[in-house]
Amino acid sequence: MNSILVVQEARKDGRARLFQETLVAGRKLAGLTGLPLEAAGAGDPNKNIFLEISGPPPVAGHAVQHPLLETYTADGYVLAFEQLIRKLEPAYVVFPHTYQVRDFVPRLAARFGQVLIGDVTAIEAGPLFVRQLFQGKMSATYRHTGNGPCFVSIQSGAFRDDSASGGAMNIYHFTPDIPAEAIRTRPGEPFRGSEQTVDLGSAQRIVSVGRGIKEAENLPLVEELATALGAELAASRPICDNGWLPMERQVGSSGQTVAPKLYLAVGISGAIQHLVGMKGSQCIVAINKDPDAPIFEVADYGIVGDLFELVPALTEAVRTAKQ
Amino acid sequence: MKIAVAIKQVPDRDAPVRIAASSKWIDESEMQWAMNEPDAYALEEALLLKEQAGGEVIVVSAGPERVGSTIREALAKGADRAIHIVCDDLSGRDALGVARLLAAAIKPENPDLVLTGLQSEDLGLGQTGVIIAELLELPHATMILHVEKTDAGLKVKRELEEGWFQSIEMSLPAVLTMQSGGNKLRYATLMGIKRAKTKQLRTVNAAELGVDGAAVVALDQIAAPKKQKITQILQGSAKEAAAALVEKLKTEARVL
Repeated sequence: MNSILVVQEARKDGRARLFQETLVAGRKLAGLTGLPLEAAGAGDPNKNIFLEISGPPPVAGHAVQHPLLETYTADGYVLAFEQLIRKLEPAYVVFPHTYQVRDFVPRLAARFGQVLIGDVTAIEAGPLFVRQLFQGKMSATYRHTGNGPCFVSIQSGAFRDDSASGGAMNIYHFTPDIPAEAIRTRPGEPFRGSEQTVDLGSAQRIVSVGRGIKEAENLPLVEELATALGAELAASRPICDNGWLPMERQVGSSGQTVAPKLYLAVGISGAIQHLVGMKGSQCIVAINKDPDAPIFEVADYGIVGDLFELVPALTEAVRTAKQ
Repeated sequence: MKIAVAIKQVPDRDAPVRIAASSKWIDESEMQWAMNEPDAYALEEALLLKEQAGGEVIVVSAGPERVGSTIREALAKGADRAIHIVCDDLSGRDALGVARLLAAAIKPENPDLVLTGLQSEDLGLGQTGVIIAELLELPHATMILHVEKTDAGLKVKRELEEGWFQSIEMSLPAVLTMQSGGNKLRYATLMGIKRAKTKQLRTVNAAELGVDGAAVVALDQIAAPKKQKITQILQGSAKEAAAALVEKLKTEARVL
């Protein structure tokens, strides 16, 4: 039990920021516990494993390499990291909270008789780990009480990285023993769901609609507001799940990540999965009937009330202002 | 195919959530309860697979007596029978503790497939299904939108981040956690509700399952979330609030 092990998700474009944020969380934990920081990443033996590091580098970088780790499988990754953790015996193992981590780390933790403390937004003295409950309506602090490594995953965007570019790590190679028959799933190549015809990422203004709209028949109400504002129309997941709007208009962890000048959320409660996709917006406006809806935690402006009255009034006010 | 579906009863999405006096949990009195939505999608997938290929759908749920209403809803939708693990201290158990209960009840059934929702709407841990797979020593896949039975086992469609997907082939038996939105959820028919009353609902006490309930992760305290921004709430009638908002967006935020 001698270190904090920060795990990098597979080397992939656009994943550098996540690794940096995970390192920031690891440093926070190191500051609270006095333990040294190590890093680990997995992949193919013929490739560089680690992304660039900003800030003070960890004392060691463990490159977990095996031909069967080139393509991610839960079985392969659980086995590889189980062996690395048994060797290093870290006190804490810190991951970014990605789909891949959600896929294999609960299983890895269970192999040690432990439970992943997932989607952590802050770390406090104790250490106590803060995460959200009830779709963001509550915040909870958790502590690890087990005898074994403490597994933690960090929510994207929660630990901002503002350190300058840092030095290099000493790299140590680790070759896990992975028998081919241990891998029981055959993953195919990733593919896009459908042709992308809307680029929400470059939109200046977005009007986004959620469950509060109740019926598909009510959508023209928000479409008119979007038109008046010169905004793209977007939605939270349930609207796209119901087929009321195409999936490509979905904002959130499973859809697009956006950061427009104006993000106007209509009838969206603001579950974490939605917030991670839009909280970087410059100005956030929320219209919701529930004053306790988590969307108001990130909103600059809010109106509490019935969207069926408020949206037409707002459309009218925007039109008047433009004249 | 014999399919076990693990479902959870959670606070109804629109029900207000209040902190209990202990600050350790929410006030459950007067709470309205509902089936966890991702679990409803898992049940739907199980029912569709049964309709295509035959077999049996067994629903498993852990929790106090009130959970019975959610189990009966699943039976009314078409599940064949159910196991209720009666457990009054569910919120005191961690994900491993809950998964141990469910796995212990599922194991003697020897199902070909175990399905559950990818996460619960109350705790949002997203771990139970994956841990069940580990405890039952079965392969698993998460965030699945479609399941297709093949000669060799299954071909599933897995959701990745930011609009990407992936197909995964795997043999049976296996565990899948289902993402919402892959199918359209059915409603229970009057006939279904009537039939549900005659279906087998077996109760087993958590203590009888003989699993370790000691938690390795403990909830210290719950609180209202900290605000990340100071929100200006605009008051007045709909018309007044709308006019005030447009003014703010124009002159203060300068985004119009």
